Amino acid sequence: MSKRRTIDARGSFCPGPLMELIAGMKMAEVGEEIEILSTDKGSASEIPEWIHKVKHEHVGTEEKDGVWHVLVKKTH
Amino acid sequence: MSNRISIMVVSGSIERLQMAAMVASVGAVGGSEVSVFLSMNALPLFKKGASAAAPAEGAVGKLLVEKKAPPFKHLFEQAVELGDAKIHPCSMAMDILGYAQDDIEAYVGEPMGLTKFLDDATAGQVWSF
Repeated sequence: MSKRRTIDARGSFCPGPLMELIAGMKMAEVGEEIEILSTDKGSASEIPEWIHKVKHEHVGTEEKDGVWHVLVKKTH
Repeated sequence: MSNRISIMVVSGSIERLQMAAMVASVGAVGGSEVSVFLSMNALPLFKKGASAAAPAEGAVGKLLVEKKAPPFKHLFEQAVELGDAKIHPCSMAMDILGYAQDDIEAYVGEPMGLTKFLDDATAGQVWSF
């Protein structure tokens, strides 16, 4: 099973959650999964755009009680 | 298509600085080669120790502060650290303001002249704020 870490970016506005994810991705190992939590709706769509652009894997996005959980796997 | 983004920032208003910082940071972490040129009323905000508070032009600028949007200086710094953006102060503005390199934030690079900025900007997107 892949290693997974969670980054809590709730309360931060765009592009704060994206930047926090990228900082976390830099420290992660290839194959590791990172879940970013965000209350910013714009970031919930912006983050998958970035994931596709830089060719990591967007595992999925879920919204629970106003919090978006975006899961990404580092592929390179 | 060129993957270069050149951003000229001359305004000292929080809305324009915030948008410039967003373009710089998101562009840089998306793989573009980002160059930022700071001049006119924007540059004094990058003096070491200067308050990051820039005046708002309107209601949204006030909300950026109230709702604690990521500070523009932090976003510019992240553009450099996470996306390898280059930020240069305008050499003319440095002279007018009497600033030395040590007077400005560490993530801001060497002064650049307009000739070099314009030359670099010919091969990509150019944004001004």
